[in-house]
Amino acid sequence: MAETTAHTGTVPQAQAQVQAPAHEHQQHPIGLYLVVWLLLFVLSTFSYLVDYLGLQGYLRWSLILIFMVLKAGLIVAIFMHMAWERLALIYAILLPPLLVLVLVALMVSESHYVLFTRLAFFGAAP
Amino acid sequence: MSAETHSPVRQPLHRPTGLAGLAADWASDQRAFKNVSWGKAMMWIFLLSDTFIFGCFLIAYMSARMSTAVPWPNPSEVFALHIGGTDVPLILIAIMTFILISSSGTMAMAVNFGYRRDRKKTALLMLLTALFGATFVGMQAFEWTKLITEGVRPWGNPWGAAQFGSTFFMITGFHGTHVTIGVIFLLIIARKVWRGDFDTGRRGFFTSRKGQYEIVEITGLYWHFVDLVWVFIFAFFYLW
Repeated sequence: MAETTAHTGTVPQAQAQVQAPAHEHQQHPIGLYLVVWLLLFVLSTFSYLVDYLGLQGYLRWSLILIFMVLKAGLIVAIFMHMAWERLALIYAILLPPLLVLVLVALMVSESHYVLFTRLAFFGAAP
Repeated sequence: MSAETHSPVRQPLHRPTGLAGLAADWASDQRAFKNVSWGKAMMWIFLLSDTFIFGCFLIAYMSARMSTAVPWPNPSEVFALHIGGTDVPLILIAIMTFILISSSGTMAMAVNFGYRRDRKKTALLMLLTALFGATFVGMQAFEWTKLITEGVRPWGNPWGAAQFGSTFFMITGFHGTHVTIGVIFLLIIARKVWRGDFDTGRRGFFTSRKGQYEIVEITGLYWHFVDLVWVFIFAFFYLW
């Protein structure tokens, strides 16, 4: 019953869409962009302060990564409109880059080995 | 009859969302990106490939830095500027970051005004974005000049591991090239917007197709990506 009412409600809209282009425009309020702009400024200031205050060790690295991921997320989600796209596009674009992490893992292991051979065979030289 | 066969694909009444929508879109045996034009989808796929290029550069940098037995030069000191009698660490890079973020903000607003068919505001905001981009490239040229006069070369530098120079010039050089191409792209599209090509249906010089305001959003995707890459370079190369 609810199904049929929903159908009759959307029929004129569907016929209107036949004339319209198949894609929809990304139209969002300007205020949202200004808020994200401000947030990016604040996050950039925070990541600069990490260096300015001379934080070291795991605190430094984790703060750098947190601010980096937050900034990247805001840019992709709001400025690039990914938050409003369908999952078909989101997954097609955002999942493949995660494979880069496999290469990171491989190269971390390789770099440790290269450093080991350098120290073992050349002492402290390059 | 033939006109009807060429009409746009009819939109189904109900398009499922979420995971069911993902499965339906990809399994439909038709176009997978239902509400995204080919131009936007192709820009996204190009940006995906560019992600891998910059990802490989940053991983090469990680491998070089992790595998060298010589200490890595401290970026905080290398990129410090002498202002008012004291060394301010990393200040030029911070300003470059703020400039690029501002250019992303003006670009996002240009896309918005483009879809409202506000020709002048769109073109002006795009020109402002291009100006920010050109400023960024100019500051990068200053940075390169400063480092080269201090003796940084791709094969060595006065402060430590030789790989510092090669990774610096490769990564920032490739990113600067992207910004430069983006500025040219922005200027071309801003000129079209200013002239009203997308209102009068003027055909493109190269493709002889009529353009739409969507090209502003596609240009914006590229520009935001350039900003996005800088976020990662800033974190991994300058701050780490």
